[in-house]
Amino acid sequence: MIQPEWPLYEVFVRGKRGLNHVHVGSLHAADDHMALHHARDVYTRRNEGVSIWVVRSSDITASSPDEKDPLFAPSGDKVYRHPTFYDIPDDVPHM
Amino acid sequence: MPVDEAAVDGELGAALLAQFEATVSHNDRIEPRDWMPEGYRNTLVRQIAQHAHSEIIGMQPEGTWVTRAPSLRRKAILLAKVQDEAGHGLYLYSACETLGVSRDDLTRRLIEGTQKYSSIFNYPALSYADVGTIGWLVDGAAICNQVPLCRTSYGPYGRAMIRICKEESFHQRQGFELLATMMRGTEEQRAMVQESVNRFWWPALMMFGPPDDDSPNSAQSMAWGIKRNTNDELRQRMVDMTVPQAAALGVTLPDPEIAWNEERQSHDFGQPDWEEFWQVVKGNGPCNTQRIAHRKQAYDDGAWVREAAMAFADGFEARSARTSTSDTEENR
Repeated sequence: MIQPEWPLYEVFVRGKRGLNHVHVGSLHAADDHMALHHARDVYTRRNEGVSIWVVRSSDITASSPDEKDPLFAPSGDKVYRHPTFYDIPDDVPHM
Repeated sequence: MPVDEAAVDGELGAALLAQFEATVSHNDRIEPRDWMPEGYRNTLVRQIAQHAHSEIIGMQPEGTWVTRAPSLRRKAILLAKVQDEAGHGLYLYSACETLGVSRDDLTRRLIEGTQKYSSIFNYPALSYADVGTIGWLVDGAAICNQVPLCRTSYGPYGRAMIRICKEESFHQRQGFELLATMMRGTEEQRAMVQESVNRFWWPALMMFGPPDDDSPNSAQSMAWGIKRNTNDELRQRMVDMTVPQAAALGVTLPDPEIAWNEERQSHDFGQPDWEEFWQVVKGNGPCNTQRIAHRKQAYDDGAWVREAAMAFADGFEARSARTSTSDTEENR
């Protein structure tokens, strides 16, 4: 068990045409091609997808939970970005 | 809610803990990079790892029947089922790794015996009918356990459980169908089914863990939203689900105390032999040694494959770096 582990990959699957790829989990593989094949075996045994993306976990840059306030708070006070901010008379159609 | 006070110091710690508890009490999910109490993290690592190990070790009892399944249809079904168990183990290891433990470390702890797996897999699959009984009763018990875990407070664990539950239903149904087919067969086949059910009924009830008053960690796990039901609640649910299924199958569950209780609107039933349960947990079940030895051998035998794949990957990267500079667009 002294040898290094195979790197970790994150797996994204497009469920069907017209949908986004969605994160489904992770796996270990020696390289990108093996990651793709493992993803096929682990995450799509029952036609769960029509397309797979794999990316090394170490290549993902993520926002940190500590930054949640500075990152997302500015959108909190911009209620005028939502359609419900505006009063429209009930009898105006198609709005 | 009881908390791990020692792990939280100062104002910042108190604020983090308050935020964690608010998230859990709103039934929101905790995600990997959120702050969490050490006790919560450790409990999850222990529980998810045990769950993952159970899926992986669980391939062994049924796997012995792959080469001896009586038809191509049954062989294909059993292969698909055993492959699913491997998949379930991988979903769960992947969830466990989000808590900061490595896959190698988990495998090592399984082989060294410092992490457990479900004691049910220390019982052998002696007859082909056991393939059906394992699907019906063992996977049936697993479903009882796992459906509430889809709502567990730790996001990655809940998501893994949702995937697993979708697939377990096939496992239970193929087991029931296998047994139903045998029950329509000869007298000898019916006797095989009954004998198999006799052996697996009590170990299947033990899968829910010790009785509530002998399960010291349950209260904390429920307060944290990791567990959603007590062991005894789930065991009762299993009995109530299984009694009518046994009747449909035409087998007798080996417990003379099973009787409908009108007042409780549930079945009364007897207690498993808890002494046997603790013996198996401690490593003295029929197959404990064999299961771990097999897993260790598979891991050791695979060492050269893991090494060779890494060597190939390193060489491939080096070759690609030399030869390709302009083909990055074609993969878009």
